[in-house]
Amino acid sequence: MELTVNRQRHQIDAEAGMPLLWVLRDILGLTGTKYGCGIAQCGACTVHIDGVAVRSCQIALADVGGEVTTIEGLGTPDAPHPVQQAWIDHQVAQCGYCQSGQIMSAAAMLALQGEPDDAQIDRIMSANLCRCATYPRIRAAIHDAARRLATG
Amino acid sequence: MSRAGRIARRGFLVGSVAIAGGVAFGAWRYTRPLPDPFAKGLSPGTDALNPYVLIDASGITLIAPRADKGQGARWIQAALIAEELDIDPAGARIEPGPVSKTYYNTALLQENLPIDPTDTGWLAQTLRAGSDVPARLLGLQITGGSSSVPDGFEKLRSAGAVARETLKQAAAMREGLSRADLRTGDGNVILPDGQRIPYTELAAEAASIVPVQDVVLRAPSQWRILGKPVQRADIVAKSTGTQRYGIDLAFDGMLYASVRAAPAGSSVAKVEAAAAKGMRGVHSIVPIRDGIAVVADNTWRAMQALQAITIDWAFPDLPGDQQAVWDGLTAALDTAQIDSRPREIGDVENALAAGAVIEAEYRVPFLAHAPLEPMNATVRITDSQCEIWTGTQIPDFVVAKVAALTGLGEDSIQVHNQMIGGSFGRRLELDFILQAVQIAQSVPGRPVKMIWSREEDFAHDQPRPAQIARGRGRVANGQIVALDLAIATPSVTASWFGRVWRALPGPDATITAGAGDQPLAIPNYRVTGHRADEVFPVSSWRSVGASGNGFLHGCFLDELFAAADLDPLQGMIDLCSHDVSRRVLNELREISGWTGRAAGQGRGRGVAFCLSFGVPCAQVVDVADTAKGMRITRAFAVADIGTVLDPVNAQAQLSGGMLFGLGHAMNCELTYRDHVPEQTNFHEYQAMRLHQAPEITVRLLENGPLRGLGEPGVPPAAPALANAIFAATGQRIRELPLSRKVRFV
Ligand code: FES
Ligand code: FES
Repeated sequence: MELTVNRQRHQIDAEAGMPLLWVLRDILGLTGTKYGCGIAQCGACTVHIDGVAVRSCQIALADVGGEVTTIEGLGTPDAPHPVQQAWIDHQVAQCGYCQSGQIMSAAAMLALQGEPDDAQIDRIMSANLCRCATYPRIRAAIHDAARRLATG
Repeated sequence: MSRAGRIARRGFLVGSVAIAGGVAFGAWRYTRPLPDPFAKGLSPGTDALNPYVLIDASGITLIAPRADKGQGARWIQAALIAEELDIDPAGARIEPGPVSKTYYNTALLQENLPIDPTDTGWLAQTLRAGSDVPARLLGLQITGGSSSVPDGFEKLRSAGAVARETLKQAAAMREGLSRADLRTGDGNVILPDGQRIPYTELAAEAASIVPVQDVVLRAPSQWRILGKPVQRADIVAKSTGTQRYGIDLAFDGMLYASVRAAPAGSSVAKVEAAAAKGMRGVHSIVPIRDGIAVVADNTWRAMQALQAITIDWAFPDLPGDQQAVWDGLTAALDTAQIDSRPREIGDVENALAAGAVIEAEYRVPFLAHAPLEPMNATVRITDSQCEIWTGTQIPDFVVAKVAALTGLGEDSIQVHNQMIGGSFGRRLELDFILQAVQIAQSVPGRPVKMIWSREEDFAHDQPRPAQIARGRGRVANGQIVALDLAIATPSVTASWFGRVWRALPGPDATITAGAGDQPLAIPNYRVTGHRADEVFPVSSWRSVGASGNGFLHGCFLDELFAAADLDPLQGMIDLCSHDVSRRVLNELREISGWTGRAAGQGRGRGVAFCLSFGVPCAQVVDVADTAKGMRITRAFAVADIGTVLDPVNAQAQLSGGMLFGLGHAMNCELTYRDHVPEQTNFHEYQAMRLHQAPEITVRLLENGPLRGLGEPGVPPAAPALANAIFAATGQRIRELPLSRKVRFV
């Protein structure tokens, strides 16, 4: 099966029903995308398909109908995406395990919404669980990233 | 007295040893050295050293022995060394170091002594200093109890300072100068003419001279890194998906595995695995002690095959429902037998007999740790060697238990500690590691990465115990005259020690922690701990005993203040017998603009205080009862940790601890039915999500002794919230989670 991840094409030899999450992690070695629950409850596995945030634990390989972007494709330590830069500046991460998913959800939201208000942030970001409860800094980083993206 | 003398009295001295092409600096025991982890590769006679700094031609490595589970421990340990060593910690390698009994943790054991944490009198100090001895005997390397910072504060800075001065001495001897004329900066010795010699060039010479012991540690006013808002070393990796956790490891030829184990106390009765055998990618089906594992060529295939296996469990002939737990706790309260009575002031019985008694019963539920990174371990085992890659807070116990399991010598077992995606106490357990070792034994020579499903994690947590407490109190003339609190809970210490080592005798201080050790001058004041039998195994959960006791004590105290018609914050300030704590309460009044519980129609404010792990912490929660449900609108927290070494991270710990406490108080419980928890994944255990997280203001004070902050932010949160709901609605809720009685937004 063909799969495009972070602009690279791959030929994947796996079951049609294998969730994208495990294709990314165990076959392609892209471990920035995390397993947390496997049932669409934690958001740690969030990636973009054609720019839309999806839970990769819920998408079967055969159902991936577009280009996949993972946290590794969003930006890098040397060239972080503005959302990642805001996460760095606000020192959001504690254990950090949820943060790939948080950042992917936030980046997709900001690409769609421009400058979201707190109610919109609440609605979209509540799908991402942070057991360390870094929420105040997540909120601050989102507002900051929105301003940066708006001023380009 | 010289600095070296003072350090020696504290029980350690800094020394150095030669390593291949360089030098290692570290602390060695003043009285009787423990074995050194690097000693095998070193020359004889140097086995006393516990290294924290390694310098050779390739660079500088800082050893941060305590596990990092998101609390920033690895970074702060490196910063303590770097501050004195005069290097940029961001440019150094930071390694967890090998497992060694020399990394004993004194601060943690001090916490469990039968002395009041605020007592700084000579007897208490002597006892604390003496607790160094059992720690050394046990040789424990434990991360827990917010102990990493106090434990490392002197040792790590001293190691950095001795290393710096010895490198200067080496440069002085090479150049024919006096050490006093040299400076250091950014990993270099700087000569009077400005010429710089990198430490890495001086390492071999430094190894051959006697280390300079006569060092004076820098005053906080001179600090460049400590106390400053710096960027933690792991922040970029954790914001770009490049941080590797244990679950992310990959090795050539690695196999993957997943496990289903019998409920606690049960065993495997019958297995029907035929359907799983032929599934794609399945390598083997491996029976382990009390469970079944599937080994496959990736994680998902292992988990899928596991689901295709039917297992019948043989349950023990014992009660396995939640009701048995409540019955056991009630029975423990009804007996005259007590585990400990850490607080007994005045004559409680007489004081209560003198008038109307206020009585209340409180309950707290089991709580799961459920860190977001599921339990995992990667193991490769051969006839002579076992290597383990995992995140653990107790590497020494891992080695001992794996040695017993495999028959290998402790020297043949290596633990490579990994960055941890959250713990909250879960990584104080060994169950998942011992399973991974058994699985790896079935494929000798090949690395196997075992990952639990989230369902397995909920089914096999050893949770924070459920508790019941009974409070009795009396108020008169606008004062609290008597407070009597009896708490029943199983002992987490006994449960845990029994699993990881062996049962320890004696009372368990955690049964009453957070209630029996509070600095309040109530004239007739008694707190009693009753040890209940354990129905299900229990464990330390962030803030341990204080997590439940903070609620029981903080709410009942609020009931008495209300009955006496006293303002709860002013009431606590007036009763407070500990200056550092009183300043915390005063600061809380200041930053929260506290004028009382009332906050207008449908609104209320609650306050609570708890001294835990030596840290006084006080919090205010504001709630509004809205059409959509109860909403937490604001939160305020103040704590005193003596010295703020890492302000950005300390604020995150206090804020995170409070929100963690609020989230569980609102939404979480683990309940048992037929021997297993009813909650199987995060849809039934929501904790807190972003829409429920209030704006939070935190303040750190620096008046008390140096302390860590991983845990003390948790205990006041639940009572502050319950007290706020009382203020808003008049309803006293005496059991958690509060969502049993209140609908939250
Ligand atoms: S792993 Fe996909 S939502 Fe939790
Ligand atoms: S930072 Fe630990 S789960 Fe979010």
